[in-house]
Amino acid sequence: MRHLLFSAAALLAFAAPAHAETVAISGGRVVIGDGTPPIEGGTVVLRDGAIVAAGSNVAIPAGARTIDATGKWVTPGIFAGFSRIGLSEVDAVKGTNDKGGGKSGFSAALDVAPAIDPFRSPIAVNRAAGVTRAVVAPEADSKIFGGQGAIADLGADANPVTKARAFQYVEFGESGAGQVGGSRSALHTAFRAYLREAQAHAGGNDAFDDDLLKIEDARALQSVLRGETRLMLHVEGANDMLRLLELKRDFPAIKMVFVGASEGWRVADKLAAAGVPVIASALNDLPASFEMLSATQSNIGRLKRAGVKVAIGMIDDRDSHQLRYTPQYAGNLVSLQKVPGATGLSWDEAFATISSVPADIMGVGDHLGSLKPGKAADVVVWDGDPLELSSAAEKVFIDGVEQPLGNRQNRLRDRYRNPVEGDLPKAYDR
Amino acid sequence: MKGTFRWSLLAAPLALVACSNAKEAPKTASAASADKPAKVDKNPFPSTYKAYPGQATAIRNVTIFDGEGGRIDNGVVFFSEGQIKSVGGPETPIPADIAVFDGDGQFVTPGIIDIHSHLGDYPTPSVDAHDDGNEATSPTTPEVWAEHSVWPQDPGFSRALANGGITTLQVLPGSANLMGGRSVTLKNVYARTVQGMKFPGAPYGLKMACGENPKRVYGAKGRMPSTRMGNLAVNRQTWIKAQEYKKKRDAGKDYTRDIGMETLAGVLDGDILIQNHCYRADEMAIVLDMAKEFGYKVTAFHHAVEAYKIGDLLKANDVCAAVWADWWGFKMEAYDAIPENAGILQNSGACVIIHSDDENQIQRLNQEAAKALSNGRRMGFQISDADAIRWLTYNPAKAMGIADKTGSLKPGKMADLVLWNGNPLSVYSRPSKVWVDGALMFDASDPKKRPVSDFELGQPGEGDVK
Repeated sequence: MRHLLFSAAALLAFAAPAHAETVAISGGRVVIGDGTPPIEGGTVVLRDGAIVAAGSNVAIPAGARTIDATGKWVTPGIFAGFSRIGLSEVDAVKGTNDKGGGKSGFSAALDVAPAIDPFRSPIAVNRAAGVTRAVVAPEADSKIFGGQGAIADLGADANPVTKARAFQYVEFGESGAGQVGGSRSALHTAFRAYLREAQAHAGGNDAFDDDLLKIEDARALQSVLRGETRLMLHVEGANDMLRLLELKRDFPAIKMVFVGASEGWRVADKLAAAGVPVIASALNDLPASFEMLSATQSNIGRLKRAGVKVAIGMIDDRDSHQLRYTPQYAGNLVSLQKVPGATGLSWDEAFATISSVPADIMGVGDHLGSLKPGKAADVVVWDGDPLELSSAAEKVFIDGVEQPLGNRQNRLRDRYRNPVEGDLPKAYDR
Repeated sequence: MKGTFRWSLLAAPLALVACSNAKEAPKTASAASADKPAKVDKNPFPSTYKAYPGQATAIRNVTIFDGEGGRIDNGVVFFSEGQIKSVGGPETPIPADIAVFDGDGQFVTPGIIDIHSHLGDYPTPSVDAHDDGNEATSPTTPEVWAEHSVWPQDPGFSRALANGGITTLQVLPGSANLMGGRSVTLKNVYARTVQGMKFPGAPYGLKMACGENPKRVYGAKGRMPSTRMGNLAVNRQTWIKAQEYKKKRDAGKDYTRDIGMETLAGVLDGDILIQNHCYRADEMAIVLDMAKEFGYKVTAFHHAVEAYKIGDLLKANDVCAAVWADWWGFKMEAYDAIPENAGILQNSGACVIIHSDDENQIQRLNQEAAKALSNGRRMGFQISDADAIRWLTYNPAKAMGIADKTGSLKPGKMADLVLWNGNPLSVYSRPSKVWVDGALMFDASDPKKRPVSDFELGQPGEGDVK
């Protein structure tokens, strides 16, 4: 295989949507998604798959299909900051679960892009809940390098991958240590050895130790070392985060993103100073392990206050099926504002953690994550406050294409609306 | 997410309060003779829970959900001596000399009850040394009791109280086994011993499990059961033995005590409630017939993700369905789960309970109920907010056999209640105060009224108490 050009721009393959129309959604409460307050009675115009304009006093183009959103909320689609959507249909049914792959012998080279299956039902179910884009990560199930994750859309089409090989996923902390020999000293040694091996290989050094890395794995890590592919590290403990920040001294070009980060608040100033962004679990507040002793629901709020760029992700939390929890989690961070002693987020900040901020963190913020002109037209019309439990998505656009919202859960619902069998068995009711 | 191994559905039998010594040997002159069986102590680990002191308190100007489907706007609730004294509208009399809170538009509900928890027997931190929920060495272990695994220092109890308003919970063994052992019902009040948390007078439950888990666990060991038909065969053989045991015991003749059989005989007596983990509709129907065959009652099916397919059958059999709002797809028997499960059940007239089986979701059962409610309403069903609160209060109390003591705001019941800083069915609301037996055990505005388990004391963050 020839060297690939790991240029971020070259990898941003935004396929032209097939049926993107010109649409004007007017009269609703418009949320741009960048942390600014909602705009009452705003208009959002989409054309050729992109946002043309969003806000007050927006002219409706001639010939546009108009949608009256009076009394509704209009927002960017939910951008799930961490997930494994599309990699599994039924988690415990092995043949349907493509999250891992480390037993193949490959590690950093593994690429989730071809495994993201747009025809799996979790895609349709979460699309119906207003989730339009997601970070899709592999599981590092036998080596610390899980492989290359992607940015995907949840559209009802055959092309789910927005950006392949968008990041390299690494399991750090307790589970990473367990994978390389059972201690953190082994973890740090092995991790740096892998990176140096990849570096040496890039420099033409033939003394390549194939026991450490396969050639394909080394190539995948070279784009990480050049800073072209983000290095996403699952790390929970405060000390593990501090020690990882030191990695920059030896590998200055690496762009790190921390995911999990339950104890992030304890080192928030250091994270802010280092400019390392965080994709955190919103509500983990239990000492589930000894690296999460100080887990708190105030983590994201405190990180934000310290100046860290922080988004919500669902690591280790039903990451292949329940991205629809994302707005609920954001809403909970808003509720913390009323809890004495807790640190939450304003509504506007909370919505940004599930739209523009994760897109920015993953390097696709120029194209995704908000309703600013020129961005991909991922738009959701909600029947109420999108963070509230009683609200639902009524219309979902991805790349300007209005999406079907049906799925097999709806079909089961309709079949069993009245559970009693009628003139024919339920199997005939469709 | 923890392994599917611990996802256990329990069915809680509805009936009866355990009347502990009612069925003991007749008090005849010969009762003391040497060949009579030893007197069986049905309560060898008795509750030592005692309510903490509380002030006589009234809360006025609140919206009250009474737990039994009632709603009072601008209401008053008055409690003292650990008991609810009166609940009503603004005219409800309040004694002159007691503490009165102005709820200022806040909401009051009964204490939230989780019928399905593993706090204590799968505590955090989730280290191997704490894996005490599944005695996965035999497919039937009715002889084990969850209370002997509960670690009363689980930090999860504090989060369930502070964020979820949980005042009572049933801790169950896991679902590796067809018969997993006895459950224990706890007051959500920290104590040095599990006995100090035990809900006084609550009946025991027996955890049973259908489906994938038992057959997977034992099939993998090369032993029975390895199929669903194997599951049923082992269950039925075991119930036959239990019937024989009960017969010998009831005859008053000498017999060798067997603590597993004592539990099963307790089920046949109606003293111990069946809490049956069962996902699929067809399997629930099989279990109902098995229960009839052996003369016991299933009180509740837990994790009943397909209950919506048989709402009529569950209603006819007076069996509750304890469900999640929307979990699905994590294993094959959860594939047909839908978010309208609770709504369809409610519309079918069946008994609905929202449960957690999770140390995180127990902190927001109110939110799970809110999602289930909204999904039901979106089908056009008329379900009130007060109905949804019932799913978290009176209905689980009924299925745990304690509805005469807690689960609703009725005079004479335990003063277990939550003051919420907004509608508990909103994502933006949290408990502001929680009382258990009339004692203020959590107050969001008072750091001294937030418990910290021994495990978290002196740790960074110290249980997030600020």
